Amino acid sequence: MKDLFSFLPVPFDLIAYCVAAGVICISFIAAMASIFVWLERKVSGRIQDRLGPTRLGFWGLPQMIADAVKLLTKEDFAPDVADKFLFKLAPYLAFCASFIAFVSLPFGNGIVGHELNVAAFFILAVLSSEVFGVILAGYASGSKWSLFGGIREAAQVVSYEVPRSMCVLIPVIVAGTLNLNTIGKQQTGFFWEWNLFHDPFTFVAFFIFFIVATASCKRAPFDLAEAESELVAGFHTEYSGLRWSIFFMAEYASMFAVSGAASLLFLGGWHSGLAPFELSEQWGWVGHGLNVVVFVSKTSLLVIVMMWIRWSLPRLRIDQVMMTCLKYFLPISCVLLLGVCVWELFVPNSIETGWRFLSAFVCAALVFGLIFRLLTAPLTMPRGELPGAWKGVATPLMNSKA
Amino acid sequence: MSLDVVLFTAIASAIAFSALAVVFSRNIVRSALWLLFTLIGVSLLYFLLGAEFVGATQLIVYVGGTMVLVVFGVMLTAQQQFLKIRIRPQEWLVAGILASALFVLLVTTSFHLGEGKNSPPAEPMPGSGPLGVGFLTQYLLPFEIISVHLLVVLIGAAYLARAKRRPGGNRD
Repeated sequence: MKDLFSFLPVPFDLIAYCVAAGVICISFIAAMASIFVWLERKVSGRIQDRLGPTRLGFWGLPQMIADAVKLLTKEDFAPDVADKFLFKLAPYLAFCASFIAFVSLPFGNGIVGHELNVAAFFILAVLSSEVFGVILAGYASGSKWSLFGGIREAAQVVSYEVPRSMCVLIPVIVAGTLNLNTIGKQQTGFFWEWNLFHDPFTFVAFFIFFIVATASCKRAPFDLAEAESELVAGFHTEYSGLRWSIFFMAEYASMFAVSGAASLLFLGGWHSGLAPFELSEQWGWVGHGLNVVVFVSKTSLLVIVMMWIRWSLPRLRIDQVMMTCLKYFLPISCVLLLGVCVWELFVPNSIETGWRFLSAFVCAALVFGLIFRLLTAPLTMPRGELPGAWKGVATPLMNSKA
Repeated sequence: MSLDVVLFTAIASAIAFSALAVVFSRNIVRSALWLLFTLIGVSLLYFLLGAEFVGATQLIVYVGGTMVLVVFGVMLTAQQQFLKIRIRPQEWLVAGILASALFVLLVTTSFHLGEGKNSPPAEPMPGSGPLGVGFLTQYLLPFEIISVHLLVVLIGAAYLARAKRRPGGNRD
């Protein structure tokens, strides 16, 4: 990618490349964030049996422009007792942290801002410093609700960082490198080549990583930092308008970044899993384009699962959050780490291949079965009856005459 | 002037500015924030030198560490909101003497650093692989000593922070 600007003289090609990469990343994050905000409202609407935004245009899509205009035109104010400098700086700090993660996140074979040899480690390091903005916001607001939110966030992120790093180590041990581009390339081929199906430990590690990543993005059910039933709005109580929206842009950006890391480490990255070769090497720029489309849709799917979890599960209590991490996720990830080392050292190739095919095809069958059930399920139920898992459960309306 | 020199000048002056701001700001959280910028700047210098692993480690260890510092700065020291630090004249004197001695030492050493090596080393910085192998073979003893030391510190911290039990049996 770096030689795109090679027609320019020596220092300027690098500068032009950096500027182009930065502009592309920022506009990508902004566009994705506004799409995700719209999608979040739609998803929450569906789950709560409502419609979500519908008034504006097709499916309420222009609603995201309306949201942006509303946030831009709101008055930007700070409370009297706030530490003004830190109060104004905090959202940008949070955003910078999640933006910098995109520097080393490959979107396709070699489609990356800067190919770091320690990209997996770098993304972890940068994303964990997003919490700094949140804590500063909580402190600088001069409000006790904000401070509680910030401190909770600190405790939560510091503890969830440990199992998250361990879950990243598991596919790294399988791959033997920290370079995300190389890890992606190693999973070229059909979907059973993905790290997810490498052995039972990576299979479990993906789910643990996903839950822990949800927690470290402070998404529900782990959104204690902004628990509105207890803390008004947590760390962003005193924020309004643009600064508030920058916090949420940072949140959606870091959701996308951890989902991208998850799909690179476990789910084959930019490979669709349906072609036995690397698309970009066979088809050139068309292949690169397809790779980016596959990666973005895979990652967006994971983000949608995060939204699905958020609107399905109730919020945990703070002690439950800490207990889930320290008593369950931490020991589980330690066992997984040891297990994957033992598997790599002692398990013969035949068993490994057998496990690959078995787990991959069972998963594929499950997914297809689920999609089939979803598509063939009746859209409406007779009066008084419940759909899906609640079929046959007695309701007050069931025996009454319609 | 090459791009490296320009970038180094920019980053180094940013580090120097924020390091001065750490010392001169009276608000404890603000000086912790400036310390954060200093440490990020140092990690940028590592990245500029091509030592990616050290740079990322600097980020994860020191940025996380400063965060904990801020939390404790808020929770443990501030009796009222936005505590200001007051410094007595004798503290200025002692700190000034120490700081100027350290500064003279650093300046004299750094002028002798490049002596005898006119060209930079040809091979690139070792990545995380050679570093890890080095830790587990040639430098195993220092590595283990540091690990055990950290373990002792961890156990000590957990001991200090645990819920105290009274002889009566009730938990505090």
